[in-house]
Amino acid sequence: MNPVNYLYLAALLFTIGAAGVLIRRNAIVIFMCVELMLNACNLAFVTFARLHGNLDGQIIAFFTMVVAAAEVVIGLAIIVSIFRSRHSASVDDAGLLKL
Amino acid sequence: MSFPLLTVTAAVPAAGAVVTAAVPAARRTAAKWLALAFALATLALAGVQLARFDPDSGKPFQLTESHAWIKDFGVRYDLGVDGIAVVLIALTALLIPFVMLAGWHDADPLEGPAPNRRWRPTQGFFALILMVEAMVVISFEATDVFLFYIFFEAMLIPMYFLIGGFGDRAGGRSEEEAAAQRSYAAVKFLLYNLAGGLIMMAAVIGLYAVTAHQLGTGTFSLQEIVQARADGRLHFATVTERALFLGFFFAFAVKAPLWPLHTWLPGAMGEATAPVAVLITAVVDKVGTFAMLRFCLQLFPEASKWATPVIIVLSLIGILYGALLAVGQRDIKRLIAYASISHFGFIILGIFAMTTQGQGGATLYMVNHGISTAALMLVAGFLISRRGSRLIGDYGGVQKVAPVLAGTFLVGGLATLSLPGLAPFVSEFLVLVGTFSRYPAVGIVATLGIVLAALYVLVLYQRTMTGPVRESVRGMPDLRVRELVVVGPLIALLIFLGVYPRPLTQIIDPAVGRTMSQVHKTDPKPDVPTAPTNDVEAAK
Amino acid sequence: MENLIGLLVAAPLLGAGLLLCGGPRLDRAGHWIGTLLAAVSFALGAVLFADLLGRGREDRTLTSHLFSWVPVGGFRADVGFQLDQLSMTFVLLITGVGTLIHLYSVGYMEHDERRRRFFGYLNLFLAAMLLLVLADNYLLLYVGWEGVGLASYLLIGFWQHKPSAATAAKKAFLVNRVGDMGLSIAIMLMFTTFGTFAFGPVLAHATDAGEGRLTAIGLMLLLAACGKSAQVPLQSWLGDAMEGPTPVSALIHAATMVTAGVYLITRSGAIFNAAPDAQTAVVTVGAVTLLFGAIVGCAKDDIKKALAGSTMSQIGYMILAAGLGPVGYVFAIMHLVTHGFFKAGLFLGAGSVMHGMNDEVDMRRYGGLRTYMPVTFVTFGLGYLAIIGFPGLSGFFSKDKIIEAAFAKGGTEGWILGGAALLGAAITAYYMTRVMVLTFFGEKRWQPDAEGNAPHPHESPRTMTIPMVVLAFGSVFAGGLFSINDTFLKWLEPVTGHAEGNSPVSALTVTIGTMVVLVLGVALAWAQYGRRPVPVTAPRGNLLTRAARRDLLQDDFNHVVLVRGGEHLTRSLVYADHTLVDGVVNGTAASVGGLSGRMRRLQNGYARSYAVSMFGGAAVLIAATLLMRAV
Repeated sequence: MNPVNYLYLAALLFTIGAAGVLIRRNAIVIFMCVELMLNACNLAFVTFARLHGNLDGQIIAFFTMVVAAAEVVIGLAIIVSIFRSRHSASVDDAGLLKL
Repeated sequence: MSFPLLTVTAAVPAAGAVVTAAVPAARRTAAKWLALAFALATLALAGVQLARFDPDSGKPFQLTESHAWIKDFGVRYDLGVDGIAVVLIALTALLIPFVMLAGWHDADPLEGPAPNRRWRPTQGFFALILMVEAMVVISFEATDVFLFYIFFEAMLIPMYFLIGGFGDRAGGRSEEEAAAQRSYAAVKFLLYNLAGGLIMMAAVIGLYAVTAHQLGTGTFSLQEIVQARADGRLHFATVTERALFLGFFFAFAVKAPLWPLHTWLPGAMGEATAPVAVLITAVVDKVGTFAMLRFCLQLFPEASKWATPVIIVLSLIGILYGALLAVGQRDIKRLIAYASISHFGFIILGIFAMTTQGQGGATLYMVNHGISTAALMLVAGFLISRRGSRLIGDYGGVQKVAPVLAGTFLVGGLATLSLPGLAPFVSEFLVLVGTFSRYPAVGIVATLGIVLAALYVLVLYQRTMTGPVRESVRGMPDLRVRELVVVGPLIALLIFLGVYPRPLTQIIDPAVGRTMSQVHKTDPKPDVPTAPTNDVEAAK
Repeated sequence: MENLIGLLVAAPLLGAGLLLCGGPRLDRAGHWIGTLLAAVSFALGAVLFADLLGRGREDRTLTSHLFSWVPVGGFRADVGFQLDQLSMTFVLLITGVGTLIHLYSVGYMEHDERRRRFFGYLNLFLAAMLLLVLADNYLLLYVGWEGVGLASYLLIGFWQHKPSAATAAKKAFLVNRVGDMGLSIAIMLMFTTFGTFAFGPVLAHATDAGEGRLTAIGLMLLLAACGKSAQVPLQSWLGDAMEGPTPVSALIHAATMVTAGVYLITRSGAIFNAAPDAQTAVVTVGAVTLLFGAIVGCAKDDIKKALAGSTMSQIGYMILAAGLGPVGYVFAIMHLVTHGFFKAGLFLGAGSVMHGMNDEVDMRRYGGLRTYMPVTFVTFGLGYLAIIGFPGLSGFFSKDKIIEAAFAKGGTEGWILGGAALLGAAITAYYMTRVMVLTFFGEKRWQPDAEGNAPHPHESPRTMTIPMVVLAFGSVFAGGLFSINDTFLKWLEPVTGHAEGNSPVSALTVTIGTMVVLVLGVALAWAQYGRRPVPVTAPRGNLLTRAARRDLLQDDFNHVVLVRGGEHLTRSLVYADHTLVDGVVNGTAASVGGLSGRMRRLQNGYARSYAVSMFGGAAVLIAATLLMRAV
């Protein structure tokens, strides 16, 4: 199978993720959509590594995973604490920093 | 390596600021004496500078110190003084102790329990004054454009707090109202000068870009740039030079201030306490006019000549406009502020007349204006503190009640109107002669300024000091010992420099001659040469 | 000998310093210290005078260079003195009359609590005036010039608790400043023309410069002289200056300071001689002022203001003479000296009268005082005879010569000037007779003042009468002494130069003419005031009288044009500064604030909108990169 198809898939996943981030209000869902975008990137990296025949892309994919994992830890913690304090996980309700 | 005199002169007040600020809240008086001691030490160091300075050495800068600072950008820690700078440093160091003594009680906490134990306004006041002194001194010393720029801008910070934090409580207004107007004046001062500074920063970067492009390595060093231009290694395109000149000049014109960029000054001087007002007009503003002479003229001689007509007209407007507005003021301090605008017009006129007399007179004017304004403003401050009002209409007949106060006020006023025999006359006349010999019409119009000066000074004196004694003035105490100690020496100095300005002109003259030669200008020759000696002098 | 010149100035200066800074400790002896130092100065002047007399006629110039004052580039101003016959004449007049008036003031100011300060100011005046006449360059002269202005300001406003005095002082200083502007422009012109402003080189090379330049210098010097000597159009301050204590009016506003303009023009003779247009301006000013002052003097009921008008008029004569060139210089100075005697005497007499009359100044409330104040009457009377030019007295000699010289100008101009001078002499006789009659003759017209204190006219103390007697001697004999063998002419000629005018009318005719107008003037005044009872309140009078009472409307003109106009100008400028100049600044600040307020709306707090802008930004960046690639 032509590896380029994986790139199309990655682009599709990224677009779905981005649309989710923009449209949804629930913080958890947004969060999952961000993960989807990250993984779309990972897929693209791995595909490029395969296409170009070097390992750089794969290494960056690992980096991304680590960063994503760290992000999950912090992001979920924030979401949980926000949910606890105001009983809502909607991002529109968290606008305190607005002037 | 020799003793870094210039660094130490600036470092002593800086250290003094830190030490004074650290004095515990309860030891208020100790902090004052400590600050005064540091100011006097600085004065002593400035005296040493004067003593070690050799006016006839022929070198552009003396007592130089040079160290690399930020190598990547060619920024150097270069210090050095010429005859103009050394005199202005002496003026600054001289005025600060008087400013402190005059403002001895200005920053005492108000009656009643202090907000908390860590509340230390007095320490802050004196520390900020020392901080300003340090920054002004190093601005006069810096021969690296970048180094100068940093302190030129940084001095806005302590000045902002001095204006906004310790303003005049007087004026028959509520405390909230006074605080609001004070902070308005302080913010205006800050924004105005920052705007000037930002434009200058663009020009500083532009200067770096040009030098980096043409010399290979960028530099901010005044001497290096002047030298490179003289050698032909560095050449500014006409447009570039003009743009850079305007960038520098704008900042200095705001600081000086030149009409029509003056509107921050009356507010700032009116709202600040009298000693801080002196600090603004007699010390900080001098950096602006000084920098025109040192940086604008030396870095961009061609552009300076190109801009001269416009600047001359603006300063002429400033002379008359400031004087006329002074006549129309009802507030003593704002009146003095507008008078200062008029005087700054004379200084800038002298600088850009491009004659030895004009520039020498302008430099002398900076010194004399500092002393005369200090005398007038500080006595006005003493008067205001007694009655609690800045309005001229609230006074009358003070002469009868407090003759010494009135007498010193009159001498300060007479100095402001440039009475012969007092120091400002010499400088004002030099500026007028210097201007007249190149631009007769401008010189004649400028002499109108001396008539108007008489008008605003005498009207002020008449309304406040003469006439029947007002009820509100009755029982007003005469000058106290501390106040006499402030005013006495200033007046003595005004008389001395009016009769024998030679010690100063001797130092200033060679430096001015060098500036003139860098701008490639010579004095106009008289039509009918009478004495052969004069020709030799003019040729030199 | 040269060193004495410096001491001459230093003595009164020391006095001023001592008295003004010495504090109340000197209150008891201050006036004597002041008088003593003035006398010391006079003694030094006398010594120098004797020294000059001992020298040859052409060798009577002493110079003394003290130090270099302002050396900047090609600009050299020195502090140096030059004593020649012209300065010497002034020195003797200033210190002599000055000492007498110090003495007089001891009595006159006896009850003033600020007497020490008064003497300090008087000494300051003497020092400045001596500096003015002794300076060897124009810039140092300028220092003295403004110094006397300052002393005059302080002394006019000495009773500054009176608003009128404070205003008069301010006015005097301001009007003088306008004149000073002329002097400073003249000095600047000299510097650009000659490269120096020392008397020696400037006057020696005057003829080398273009006539246009010299005319400009001359006109500027004339402006200066108009200010200091109260000549039209800058004369308005002198009448108000009478607010000062009477000794001040005698010393400063009659005998010495106001004559500084004549000194300036005479000293700059070389410039004026080479600039005929400037000379025409000078004589015009002189002729106009001598009539102007005389007319004003006729209408005033205030004895001091009447004398002030007379001073203006007499100085008009001097300026007129000085404007005639070498024909007139000597006579200008001669009239100046004799005028110094008789006018100072008249003022001191007026002061003596006021002293005895509870400071009443309205002549309509005097009358018949000759029996109460015999010494004052006699001295004042001699001064009166001298000023109207009674044959044999001082004024006769000096004024006669001026009228003669005016006719000698030649042509229509000569007839106009001579006619004006003759007319002036007639008016002088008229107004002085009026003063004399109103004050010393007729019935008593004084009344109790508002508090019910009736004046008890009495002769003044000895300290006051002695100076009056001395000055009366001067008024009587000075003119005669000067004219015997042309002593004065020979004395001054080496400095000012002299030319005999060829008058179309003979000297005898002029003298006879003068006598005729004199008699006419006296007779008219006697008919009007001596033979009829004088109303205590002034009658309304005709248009000219009313105008003359108001200084021929000059003040009204100044008020409408300068004061009102100036007020409007400053007020509108204050408004413009606030709304326009500051408005632009504040407007900029406000528009930045408004813009940022609008920008702030973009930060709506919805994370989604921020994300959209991020994506949008990224998309734009990528598109831009791709586009750049494609190009």
